[in-house]
Parts: sequence; structure tokens; C-alpha cells
Amino acid sequence: MTATPSEAVRIEPRSTQPQAAPAALAVDGLSLSFGGVTALNGVSFTVAAGEIRAVIGPNGAGKSSLLNAVSGLYRPDSGRVWLGGHSFAAVPTDRLAALGVSRTFQNLALFKGLSVLDNVAAGLTHRLRAGVLAQVIGLPTARRERADAYDRAEALLAFLHLEDARDRPVGTLPYGVQKRVELARALVARPRLLLLDEPMAGMTLTEKQELTGCIRAARDDLGATVVLIEHDIGVVMGLSDRIAVLDYGRLIGDGTPEAIRNNQAVIDAYLGVAHDLEAGEGI
Amino acid sequence: MTDLALDKPVPPNAAEPNRTAPAARRGTVRPSPTALGVGLLLAVAFGLLPLVGSEYLFDAILTPFLALALAGLGLNILTGYAGQVSLGSAAFMAVGAYAAFNLSLRLPGLPFVVDILLAGLVAAAVGLVFGLPSLRLRGFYLAVSTLAAQFFVQWVFNKVGWFSNNSPSGIVTVPPLSVAGLALDGSVGRYLFALSVVSVVTLVVWRLVDSPTGRALAALRDHETAARVIGLPVLRLKLLAFAVSSFIIGVAGVLWAFAYLRTVEPAGFNLDRSFQILFIVIIGGLASLRGAFLGAALIVVFPLALARLGETLLGGLFDSGVLEMSQRIVLGLLIIAFLIAEPAGLSALLDRLWRRVAGRLAALCSALCSRFASNRSA
Repeated sequence: MTATPSEAVRIEPRSTQPQAAPAALAVDGLSLSFGGVTALNGVSFTVAAGEIRAVIGPNGAGKSSLLNAVSGLYRPDSGRVWLGGHSFAAVPTDRLAALGVSRTFQNLALFKGLSVLDNVAAGLTHRLRAGVLAQVIGLPTARRERADAYDRAEALLAFLHLEDARDRPVGTLPYGVQKRVELARALVARPRLLLLDEPMAGMTLTEKQELTGCIRAARDDLGATVVLIEHDIGVVMGLSDRIAVLDYGRLIGDGTPEAIRNNQAVIDAYLGVAHDLEAGEGI
Repeated sequence: MTDLALDKPVPPNAAEPNRTAPAARRGTVRPSPTALGVGLLLAVAFGLLPLVGSEYLFDAILTPFLALALAGLGLNILTGYAGQVSLGSAAFMAVGAYAAFNLSLRLPGLPFVVDILLAGLVAAAVGLVFGLPSLRLRGFYLAVSTLAAQFFVQWVFNKVGWFSNNSPSGIVTVPPLSVAGLALDGSVGRYLFALSVVSVVTLVVWRLVDSPTGRALAALRDHETAARVIGLPVLRLKLLAFAVSSFIIGVAGVLWAFAYLRTVEPAGFNLDRSFQILFIVIIGGLASLRGAFLGAALIVVFPLALARLGETLLGGLFDSGVLEMSQRIVLGLLIIAFLIAEPAGLSALLDRLWRRVAGRLAALCSALCSRFASNRSA
């Protein structure tokens, strides 16, 4: 694989060009099965730093399994995952945030009892150094750390136009806004790698356009490499630099949107013929 | 901090415009009515009640109320904030009570405040041990495993005479309460002592649940997988919740034994007590500091009120057997009604009432004002 330990120190996405950059993520021969069902079958591909990479495929193709294996929620049967210059047989989920990886979930995974601001600030809690006692007593370091975390959370709320929802309990917000809060929580720690599992599912066209802008800004302004699972082919073609296509747990296509659009295997398995694509756009 | 400093600078377009304004707003988040209300309550509790209250009020109502409220507060950290169910609260109360008894018996030189702290630590240690299953178990399975704490601890205190200083009946009388040479063995003294302890612990708990760690506990409760993914130390947080919760419940046990009953016996800390504390938390409101106090008030006052009511209505027919039975029935009905009508407990109910009353008052005020204004203009 492309990543070597020496590259671990220079994974600053913004400082490098996508083509010359070391891989932000690489999976090598990843296989995973549940009982008799094969979810992933020898999947290998590389995501360059600074790129927006879409993973598409029919339902049950193994897209979410792939993301769950990369974030350590599933343990692959074989194969390795390379993150930030480290290679893992099973990614330690507890260390994910420290490795600079964050993710969102297909079904919302917010902290319902907390406000929007608290939800977003929680994304920085793993960096706090002050102990419980220091926090309870309110020592200066603890207070400074906390104020800093909340400032960063506020900045991110502004970045994703969520200021108005700031103090609302997150469970009371519309679905599309909750999705954006989850993105904010994932972005607040400035991840090097951002994994998005169907960030636009169930959104209106306007919300999708807004979120597309947010994802692009996350890459351009915050320097995150983005891997996203998405069903809306229109969005995927417009947003991503490269696309990986899964079908029955196998990688059947990997390349630029143009190459994928003309890839016969992908057309057969997922896209359908051209006039079907027009009709079924946004499936 | 160093590792925050290493982080990339916030891009100017994202950060600067909003950096100062929200920070200024944050200062006003804490509503002053709450602070006023708490201040008023404390003034009445510390200043007024000791002057006017009767011995009955302190011994039968206020002191047990304080001890149970504190236990509810402790369980609320574990169940309400961290989302871990426990049916072993009474066991941790027992550990606290027996630890304080043995400390005061065997190390008579120690000031009682130190005894309390140590007793809390012993309870925390025991809580930590029985919290270990929470690392693998969830929900009902965890609840059942905490039952083990309940039965095991009660069995140990029954079985090992050393804990009760080999008292043949198993019931021990605790030494009279005295702090820093000040004898607090009267009703008012014991009440004031309990009130002081509860006030201090409540302050600490309030600071804790308001801290990033408190938020992390709630995050763990609301979505454990997401909490793990964003790097929260899930296992450590769970154990912390068990330890802190058991510490507080242990201190509540000390108050129960030293300020309220003035005796200790294992049967006083049975499963019924554990359920009682759980009911306090559920009726009062999960994840609400106020809820523990409201729930405890209901649990303590309700049987007394029911006894009085039964006596007046039914006279001699209402003996203690009937009383106990009707207590259970009515309390059970009450809990069911609560779970259906207001799952968020008395605390939320009070909020709603308050909003309605405040709304009515505001409407009344504006109506009066406008009438006044129109009268003047006419």
C-alpha cells in the first residue's frame, strides 16, 4: 500500500496536492461476512488526501459495511485498513478521533438530550486534558479548555449556518437540520478524514444543495478528505473527484465520474442505460 | 492544551464574526430565577425552619427527605445522566452507613467529616466493583447484575458480625453526631447537619453535570456508539458514573443512619429501599437535579399524608396493615399514571405548570395595563 510509517507525520491535507499526496485512507483486500452472507469481498482502493471520494452501489452492496469496517465498528475477516500511516487488521474505534477520523451515521446518531451546541462541542471532548476534579472545581486550565472548545463549536455552527438552532435540544429539530448538526459534530475536531454515510438521505433538493456546499467547504476550507456514501447520482457526479462502485461486496469500478459513467460493469449493475439514468435520477 | 494549539488555525471566514458575540451571550444562559429560587429555599431551610419547625417535622419528614433526596441524586447521575440502570442503591447506602459506623468505632480520633468522606470512598470502591459488569452488559441485563450487589452486600452484613461490632441482634446504635466538638444530636442539629451535607454535595453534582464530563455522560446515555466514535472514553465514563453515584449514595446512607435512624441494621437497606430510590428518580424526573428532591418529597410525605387521610376518613378501620397495603397500591398507581402522563417526571410537570402560570400572569398583567390605559384615555 502507499502509506508508510514515515508518512504519518505529514498528513496535512491542505498542504498537499491530491495527486501527489499520500493516501488518507487505503483498504487492502477487505473481506467481511455475517454468517453466510458476504458483505465485503476483497475490496481494495485508495483515497488520496484532499479528495472527495464517493462510494456508490445498489442496496446491500456493502457500502455501510465498508464504512463500519473502516471505523472499527465491524471487524473484517481479512484484509487491512490504512489510516494516517498506520495499518490495522481491526481499527480501534476508541482511537478513531485521535487518528483524525470522524464519521456520521446513516441513521442519525446524535445525543438527543443535549443542545445543538453541546452536541457539537462533544466532538472536542476527547482532547480535553483537565480531569473531572479540575472541571468540577473550575480550575483555570479546565475553564480555558472548555471555553476554547465552545468557541470552536460556535465557529462551526456559523460555518454550517446553524447559529439559530444553537441552544435547541437537538431532538426537536427538523431532520435535515439534525443531519447538519451531525456533520458539525464530525467536523469540529478538524478531522483529516471524514466518513459520511448517506448524508443526504431523506433531504429535500434545497437541503441537498446546501449540504453539497457544506461538504465541499469541509474539504476546501477545513482540509478534510471526504469519503461519502450517497445514492443521489446527480449529487455524486457533481461533488466527487473519484467514485468507487460496490456490488455484492465487490469493487466493480473505481475512477473519475466520467470513467464511471462509461464503465459497462457499473452501468449493468447500478446505473442502468442512459435514458433510465435520466428517469431514475435521484434514486 | 498543547494538542489544541497544534491544531490548524480556524479559517478566518468560519470563525471570526461569531467569536465574541456568543461568548457574551453564554454568560446569561443561567437563568437568574433559578438562582433566586435556590437562594430563597436555602434561606428558609437554614434560617427559618430551625426556628419554627417542630421535632416531628425534622425527625419524621425533613431529615429522611434529605437523606433520600441525596440517594436519589446519586442514582440520578448513574441512571438519569449516564443511562445505566441500577437496582442496588440500598446496598451502597448500607456500605456507606456501615463504613461510617466502623470508622467512628475503630478510629475514634478521626473527625466525623473525614469519616463521611472515607465512607463515601468505600461505597465508591464497592460501586466500582459492581459497576464492572456495565462494561459488557446493558439495560435489563445490567439491572439484574446490580441486583447481585443488593443481595450480596446485605448477606455480608448479616453474616459477618465484625461489621456490626458482633452485636447479637445485628442492630447497632451509632454514636451521637458531633462535628468539630459541636454536638448535633438534637432533632434540629441532625437536620442542619444533613442539610449542610446535601447542599454541598448538590453543588458539586451540579458542577459535575454541567461540566464537559457531565455532557459526556449524557452523550454515552444517548448514543453509545457515537460517543465511542467521537473518542469519548466510554469504559472510563461508565466506571466514573458508578463510582461517583455510589459515593453519593454511600454518603446518603451515612445520613440515613447517623442523622435519621441513629441505628444501623441490614434489613433497613433491603431491595425495597433500592426500589424506593429508583422510584424517586423516575417520579422526580431523570437527569434533573430538582427531580431527586421532588421525588423524595413525594415519597416521604405521601405515606404520612395517606395515613392522616385514612385516619380521618375511616377512623379505627384504617390500621397499620391497611395503611401499608394502601400505600403500595396508591404509590403503584401513581407511578403508572406518571409514566403515562409525564415520563419526564415531576420536574417537567413543575416546568409546565410554571410556564402556564407565568403565561397567565403575563396575560393578566397586560390586560390590566391596557384597561388601565384605556380608562385613562377615556
